[in-house]
Amino acid sequence: MTDVMIDARDLTKHYGTVAALKNASFQVKRGEVVGFLGPNGAGKTTTMKILTCFIAPSGGTARVGGADIFEDSIAVREVIGYLPENTPLYTEMLVFEYLEFVGKMRGLSGSALQTRLRTVVEETSLGEVIGKSIAEISKGFRQRVGLAQALIHEPPVLILDEPLSGLDPNQAAEIRELIREIGRERTVILSTHNLAEVQMTCGRVLIISQGQLVADDTPEELAARAGKPRFVATLKQNGHSASDIREAFSAIGDAQTVKEQASAAAGELIVEVVPKGNEDLRAEIFQAAVSANLVLLGLERHGENLEDIFRQLTMGKTGASS
Amino acid sequence: MRHILTIGGRQFRSYFNGPVAYIVSCIVMLTLGFFFWKTFFLFGRASCREMFSWLGLILVFALPALTMGLLAEEKRTGTIEFLITMPVTEAQVIVGKFFGVLGLYAVLLVLTLPYPISVSTLGNLDWGPVWGGYLGLFLQGSAILAIGLMASSWTSNQLIALFVGLTLSVFFWMLDKFLALLPTNAASTLQWLSFDYHFQSMARGVIDLRDVLFFFSVTVFALAVAFRALESRRWS
Repeated sequence: MTDVMIDARDLTKHYGTVAALKNASFQVKRGEVVGFLGPNGAGKTTTMKILTCFIAPSGGTARVGGADIFEDSIAVREVIGYLPENTPLYTEMLVFEYLEFVGKMRGLSGSALQTRLRTVVEETSLGEVIGKSIAEISKGFRQRVGLAQALIHEPPVLILDEPLSGLDPNQAAEIRELIREIGRERTVILSTHNLAEVQMTCGRVLIISQGQLVADDTPEELAARAGKPRFVATLKQNGHSASDIREAFSAIGDAQTVKEQASAAAGELIVEVVPKGNEDLRAEIFQAAVSANLVLLGLERHGENLEDIFRQLTMGKTGASS
Repeated sequence: MRHILTIGGRQFRSYFNGPVAYIVSCIVMLTLGFFFWKTFFLFGRASCREMFSWLGLILVFALPALTMGLLAEEKRTGTIEFLITMPVTEAQVIVGKFFGVLGLYAVLLVLTLPYPISVSTLGNLDWGPVWGGYLGLFLQGSAILAIGLMASSWTSNQLIALFVGLTLSVFFWMLDKFLALLPTNAASTLQWLSFDYHFQSMARGVIDLRDVLFFFSVTVFALAVAFRALESRRWS
């Protein structure tokens, strides 16, 4: 098998006259965790359904694990573990019954099946609900059952459609950790519209907008493209006027712009300082505050996230191609 | 084959976790009991002909309820996506589901065995027509179940699947009921297409290969249509 696990070429999908996906091409290598990012309806789910052979593309083709989705779709499905959007499960079944069913469908049997069952149950921490009916367990557990069924046959490629939606922060953190773990040896594609999630989990980001790939990069590179960091200082007002403070901070050598924010609480002033380049101005801001006799209540660094680039790329300004 | 049995086995077991199978079985057994015993002692004959006539008709109405959810419900909840993206072909999914419901139907038929058994203790029962009747019921039932599965493959709404399946199975059952009004040519064609005509001939204890083949062909045809419908989603 080659090192390229997923090779999509010019994938196009029309639903009637609507083009859900236009000439999307990308490659994913073994051991990569790729985040598929885009607003709702951008084509993420369509791409995943094509890769898992649930639907066929109107144009283009893809190879997964070396097998073509048209010519050998069974082989493609064998190498993929798939968690569809909204985690559809047979709710009338018990958790272990369900996992056993999936294991059998995946060609496992006997003691091999039992061993794998035990492993995935442990990996996804399903022990306490194993004998319960799927209809009874919480959304977080259902999501984990969905992950467990995708993992049971140790697939080299995992395709997860919004694996963290609807989970509370603790559950999300656990699942994220699990995905990172899995991603060490295997190829993972996960879709999301949550930017923080991608930054925490993925080594690479594909941004899709209106059916087109608009970016393909690491989260760091994309964040760098998003522009300069901003530093937001919260100060005690103590009778100082906004212009005083602006003056104090304009003294910082590298500051390009200094402005007050209107969202400050009573008795507080919030100031945003944008550096000329990518410098870290936190020390300077502290010094400036001290020398101007200002009380610094908080200091944060903003802007180094994907949100800005995401908005740029998906709000019609699609000029910035990768 | 293993996939077919896994899918069929899951389908079969899942019936026992939901209400539909129990409701259908209860209704079938209650109506059968009512119609059978109503006239049994009046006629005073140790025969099961009446039972098979009634059962043939009752099942025409009852079986589409067992098949309505087979694919429609999976489409509504999205589990179909998860099922199809496993390494199985659409044909395996269809045949597996069909076997699952056919297994339940076989159980339902076994539940009616106390009827011929009690009749045989009351008099001298000829078992030939009884086995012929059961074979006929099984074959007619599999044709109806296949038609119901086909209806279920067309929609994601169980109720629509139920009504379409019901309409088709009632239609094929009653095809030979108005023959007197029609010219002979049309009448014989319609009679030949009628479920009840083939079933009644088997229930007399005559196993004619043509009757067997008729039900078998209807079953295969309906399953093939369901297969195409399931497959077409890839290209829509």
